[in-house]
Amino acid sequence: MDLAYTPEEEEFRARLREWLREALPTLPPKPSPDDWPGRRAYDLGWQRMLHDAGYGDVHWGASPTVRLIFLEETEKAGAPYVGAGFVGLLHAGPTVAAEGTAEQRARWLPPILRGDEVWCQGFSEPDAGSDLAALRTRARRDGDDYVVTGSKIWTSHAEVADWCELLVRTDPEAPKHRGISWLAMPMDAPGITVRPLKTLAGSAEFAEMFLDEVRVPVANRVGAENDGWRVTMVTLSFERGTAFVGEVVACRRVLRELAVEARKNGRWDDPALRRRLGRLNAEFRALWRLTQWNVSEAELTGGVPGVGGSVFKLRYSHARQELYDAAADVLGPESLDLDRPWVLDRLSSLSYTIAAGTSQIQRNIVAERILGLPKGR
Amino acid sequence: MRFQLTEDQLALRAGVRELLARRFGPQELRAAVDEPGRLDRALWRELGAAGFFALRLPEAHGGVGLGLPEAVLAFEEAGRTLLPGPLVATHLAAGTVPGAATGEAVVAAAGNGLVEWLEQADVVRGDAAGAVPLRSVDPLTPLHRVPAAGTVDPVAVLLTAAEQLGGATRACELAVQHARTREQFGQPIGAFQAIKHLCAEMLVRTETARAAVYAAAVTADPADIHTARLLADEAAVRGARDCLQVHGGMGFTWEFELHLHLKRAWVRTHRAGDATESEETLAAELLAQPI
Ligand SMILES: Cc1cc2nc3c(=O)[nH]c(=O)nc-3n(C[C@H](O)[C@H](O)[C@H](O)COP(=O)(O)OP(=O)(O)OC[C@H]3O[C@@H](n4cnc5c(N)ncnc54)[C@H](O)[C@@H]3O)c2cc1C
Repeated sequence: MDLAYTPEEEEFRARLREWLREALPTLPPKPSPDDWPGRRAYDLGWQRMLHDAGYGDVHWGASPTVRLIFLEETEKAGAPYVGAGFVGLLHAGPTVAAEGTAEQRARWLPPILRGDEVWCQGFSEPDAGSDLAALRTRARRDGDDYVVTGSKIWTSHAEVADWCELLVRTDPEAPKHRGISWLAMPMDAPGITVRPLKTLAGSAEFAEMFLDEVRVPVANRVGAENDGWRVTMVTLSFERGTAFVGEVVACRRVLRELAVEARKNGRWDDPALRRRLGRLNAEFRALWRLTQWNVSEAELTGGVPGVGGSVFKLRYSHARQELYDAAADVLGPESLDLDRPWVLDRLSSLSYTIAAGTSQIQRNIVAERILGLPKGR
Repeated sequence: MRFQLTEDQLALRAGVRELLARRFGPQELRAAVDEPGRLDRALWRELGAAGFFALRLPEAHGGVGLGLPEAVLAFEEAGRTLLPGPLVATHLAAGTVPGAATGEAVVAAAGNGLVEWLEQADVVRGDAAGAVPLRSVDPLTPLHRVPAAGTVDPVAVLLTAAEQLGGATRACELAVQHARTREQFGQPIGAFQAIKHLCAEMLVRTETARAAVYAAAVTADPADIHTARLLADEAAVRGARDCLQVHGGMGFTWEFELHLHLKRAWVRTHRAGDATESEETLAAELLAQPI
């Protein structure tokens, strides 16, 4: 049991730090949160810089520890977040890398890594959220194409995506988990309508998608026909397993900023507030250790993160909400001003216990798959 | 980075678990509860012979020469089985108090206004003047109040957190076992989400505490140790309460071992400073380091 990094890992860290010091000042100014084309260009530009410097494939080409170091250092340096690249880099890409054919990997992976193409995730439907396997979007085989009809919802970044990892029902007769397939749908195909939805934070973070006889080549299916549920589990394990690592580092920084702010505005003298921030410090320190533990475990077992990701996701999503609630108490009445820092973060933290599987669903997963408790009727 | 147990550490944990299962099983636990205040000296010496107290003492001084991570694993097992006695105080006295390393001596420590096992102790470290006995809430831990507030050894905080982790782990196991087998309304109660989610939260708290405790054992950093204490106290106390809830009426009986876990968890939260101190230390740490 140790927490020491190997000389090669330390060398990677030093090299990355050095590069970040030079690269970050050359970035263009950040676009406003509502400017999606601007955000796409900005996020892809950042990915392109990473790629050109040899860090493009760090999210799934590198060992879990190197990935951890990458996320830690980029966050500490204040580098941009993956942003629009999230789905491609953190779960569609890894899924194609793990489950795709050689041609599929050659077609889809390089553009993700180079920062040329953006992916979105078309899993949820109006009547299939937590019960994802109840999805109804139909794909009928017609020659070399599937003809897809149905609708998707809560699709993040849909209006700026080039590809969608899409779950469709290819066998309506089969039991609900068995008749699903995983397709890569080009977002410029005729028949796709994207309607942005406004979030409670006031931004257009996600969208509704209507699919009307959209033709998707059969060659775009990842995994066997009707085997999409298994492929989906691979995707979700990536989403829950490693996708939040950098954010823990970010939360630890926010916590220090909160302490500084509280000392400035006098609230630091309140022992109850101080103790609360102290406890949050313990919380995020522990979450960082849990991350290191999970990463070490993934390194030993090789590859796909396990259900331990659900343990992390559960604890983290609540801790993040508590962090920004504490921020509101540090700010006092200023926490009602949308122009103050942390106020929008507080609003967006509300989605963490819902997106990528609600806390209730994560508890079911932990109870049934780790603890072996029986499934309810 | 290999933040996982090594083969040797797994073997050590298995060895301690085996020793405790053989020497302090359910029957011995029952016997200890029936005779409160008595410490099993033979068992104490066996622990000594097995190296429990001398675990971190250098080999040159007759010890086992292992480190904090190994000590944490041993204390986690002790916490799991509710092993009674001033384990932490005696372990910390190995090498300085004669007989502590071998388990010949029982060493108690006065700190934070309380002394555990004062009357059974051969040696008391710290200032126990004016000690007054309490009617201890935990039948397996006799307590005295002392006026003097001693200083707290960070290693005592960490080893106590390790015991809490063991208790939390055990409470979670007990709850899951029961939830799988006890049937109501024609199905195991573990199929009901209200129970399932209690169990899941117990595991989440325990595993988060585990990462914190093990990390603190590796770094021995004060902030890591305070983190470990806060997380482990929470996992142990809430774990025991949730376990009680999962067991229904049976959870509220003297017969069932659960109350002993809850009571011991409470005792441990007062052993080495308290949560306020850890929270204040960790708050101060936020300002001490650059953003
Ligand atoms: C910001 C954000 C971004 C998102 N991005 C995407 C995206 O890009 N692509 C995508 O496909 N989806 C996306 N989602 C959708 C997300 O995955 C779903 O919202 C989520 O899985 C919950 O489904 P639902 O909204 O239909 O809620 P429901 O499933 O209707 O759940 C409502 C409530 O019932 C509870 N509940 C449901 N079933 C159970 C059960 N079995 N046991 C106990 N409680 C239960 C839930 O926990 C919840 O509290 C996003 C969501 C958000 C908030």
